[in-house]
This record gives sequence, C-alpha cells and structure tokens, in this order.
Amino acid sequence: MTETNPTAWPAESTYALRVNGTEHQVPDSWVGESLLHVLRERLGLYGSKNACEQGECGSCTVLVDGRPVCACLELAAGCIDADVRTVECVAAGELLHDVQAALLAEGGVQCGFCTPGFVVAISELLDRSPDPGPLEVREALSGNLCRCTGYSRIFEAVTSVVEVRRGRP
Amino acid sequence: MTVLLPDSLDRALAHLAAEPGAHVLAGGTDFMVEVNYGHRRPETVLSLRRLDDLRMWHVEASHVVLGACVTYAQLLDPALADLMPGLAQAARTVGSPQIRSTGTIGGNLSTASPAGDMLPVLAALDAEVVLASSTGVRTLALSEFVTGPKRTARRADELLIAVRVPVANGPQEYLKVGVRNAMVIAVASVAVVVDHDGRTVRAALGSCGPVPVRCHDAESWVAPLVDWDARRIDDPRTHEAFGVRCAEAARPIDDHRSTAAYRSHACRVLARRALARCL
Repeated sequence: MTETNPTAWPAESTYALRVNGTEHQVPDSWVGESLLHVLRERLGLYGSKNACEQGECGSCTVLVDGRPVCACLELAAGCIDADVRTVECVAAGELLHDVQAALLAEGGVQCGFCTPGFVVAISELLDRSPDPGPLEVREALSGNLCRCTGYSRIFEAVTSVVEVRRGRP
Repeated sequence: MTVLLPDSLDRALAHLAAEPGAHVLAGGTDFMVEVNYGHRRPETVLSLRRLDDLRMWHVEASHVVLGACVTYAQLLDPALADLMPGLAQAARTVGSPQIRSTGTIGGNLSTASPAGDMLPVLAALDAEVVLASSTGVRTLALSEFVTGPKRTARRADELLIAVRVPVANGPQEYLKVGVRNAMVIAVASVAVVVDHDGRTVRAALGSCGPVPVRCHDAESWVAPLVDWDARRIDDPRTHEAFGVRCAEAARPIDDHRSTAAYRSHACRVLARRALARCL
C-alpha cells in the first residue's frame, strides 16, 4: 500500500510548514527543533517571543489548527499538515487589529515582550467567546505572563474591544 | 533524529515493532521541554499527531473510553465532565489553557510522574489502560500499569491507545496543593470518588509516593459510616478521621518541592475537605 503522505524525515531534512496560510520550506534543519525555533530562526517570523522554552510564559503563543498552544512545546516537524497561525497574521497589512489597537490605547503595552502572546490569546478568546465574563478572561489569559505592564490594563483592553465590537464604545 | 508521522494505528504499531526504542510523542508538553534544554535526543520520534481516532472518546456500556490523545481541554467539555467530574477538576489544574489544549491523558499516564494530575483520579476511578502492539491488545489496571516514578509496564513495542473509566454515580472531588494556584505542579493531591450504587467511597493520593496511592483502609472504614439513603455523613469527626486514615496511606518523600511531613499534613487536610464536599 502506498502512503499518500511521506511519514518520516531524516535528521537533516527539508520539510514544508503552512504558516499564516503560506507554505514555507524549512531547509536543512534538525528535525528536533521546536516550532518556535523554526518560526524565528528558520522562517524569520520574530513576532512569537522566546523566553522560557518550557510552556510557562505564553509569550510564544500561536494557533495550531485553531488551538492556542505554546510554540516552544510543539515539535515543528510534527506540525507538517497543520494550520499554523502566528501573531504576524493577526493584523491585516499595516492596519492594527482592534486587539492590538486597544492594548496600545489602554496602556496595556510597556516593554512589549509578552504582547504578541497576549494578542494571539485575546484574539482567539474573543473569536470563540465574543462577550466573555471577567473570570473567563482571566482564565483564558492565565497562561500568558506579564512582568512589567501589569494585568489590569491588559484586562481593560479586552473589555474595550468587547464594547467596541458590541457597538457601544 | 527521525520523526515518524504514521497516518494509521496499524502503521504506528508496525513502526514500533520495527523500532521499539522510538520515543512516542503525544502532546509533547513534557518531552519538548527536555528536547529544548538538550536533555533528550532520541534517535526516533513517533508522533501520534495524525492518529485522529486517538483523540476521540465514547461511552461503552458502563465505561467511558478515552482515546490516549484526548487533551485536558477535552476533559473539561461538559459532556465528559458530567461523566467524570473528578477528572475534569484535575484537568483544570494542569498548566495553562495552552498546555491544556496540547497535553493528553495518555501522555500524562505514560510519563507517569508521581505528580501527574490524572493519576490519582484514575486510580480512584478504578480505570484501566489499553495497550496495543502489532501482536495484540492487552488491558491493565492502572495499578499494574504505573510501576514506579516515571516507570510503566508498557513494553517498548506497545502503544497506550485508550483509557477505560468505569462511570461512578456520585460526587467526585480532586484537590491539589502547590506553591500557587495556576500553572503549578502538585506538592500533594487527593482524589475522592463516591459510588452511590456500589455504596463505596474511593480515595487516592498523588505526589505522595512513587505511584498513585489508594487509601484502601480509609475507604473500607468510612463506607459503613455513610448514610447512603440521605447521601451524607452527619458527623464531621468522620471527615476528620477519614483524612487521618488517608494520610496514613501516604508514602511521601522530602524533595525540592516539599517535605514528607508537609505532604502528609496536606493529605490529611485535603482528604477531609474532599470527603466533606462529597458527603
């Protein structure tokens, strides 16, 4: 029986990943690399940030098949066939996405390191649950650590997006 | 390193038969940390990512059958949480939303860390694990499967494909102590399962021994003291004494996370509290 898809990759290999709707070749990389490493160091997508490499901080949050995950805990070569969405595809072109604009307007960005992870996590939450309660917001963002801005302004940014989208700013 | 991505269970089992040393990758939330930090470099990784059937669950007579790649997030789905509330509570204490949408029940069992949150609940639920190889399928009780800290009875050519959980009619509770509430590894944990039909109370401890510890003495002691018609225990001293008896079953150690003495104390308090919430 022939296999419709290749099922094994050797140590030094080239494979393709679909990131933000575009097929990217990952050339000559070690197949044990994390998705985060491949995004940043092989594909030049520096939006997802690298801090803990153990799934604690959430600054590398991306969507894999629609689920928010830590890119540092995904084996990149295991994501062949998956739909990977990073912070780079949240905004359409030069125009900020409303979540990004609200984080700026509400003072939810200070050093900015955790911001991309928050942008992905907040966008995913509001796509799934357009009018979340305060506990739902806290729970959804509990995997994203911020060490300088403080969470209050980030939560305020979420509230403002919800209100604007509801049509009563 | 070679990464294998079989698209059927048969192919996965054939790969494992041909190369029993392959590292099986489920969610990867434990494994990738070790790879990222250079602690692990297996020659072959067998990813279960394409085995869609392993992400499914169904009810079969009096059992819930969970595919090995059912995630913690799936366990929080009300349809599953209603059937196994204790398991849902435990799943909710694991990591963050990102971890819960990635980590799997089969991975938690196969890693077999004494602090694994699924382990005490599944022990209290009398769960079984289903192991498949190219030569056949066998089912083991959880107590037979987890043989030591990070050690299991899985043969290198076998794949954990499912967890079978008998549905218990009654309240369940999972309580966990760590240094904080979110994103924390258990210092001690207690699972209590009440079965109104069988008129039994079952309890198990996590992070308090090399494997999940069932509290058989406490269970058989407390069952006759339950008012099964009213579905409650009236005397709070029974809750207290149950906690003491559960803690006596603990076999905790001192380590970098806590001390044996504190773990025993925590077991006593958590078991009392869990029973009081159930009955």
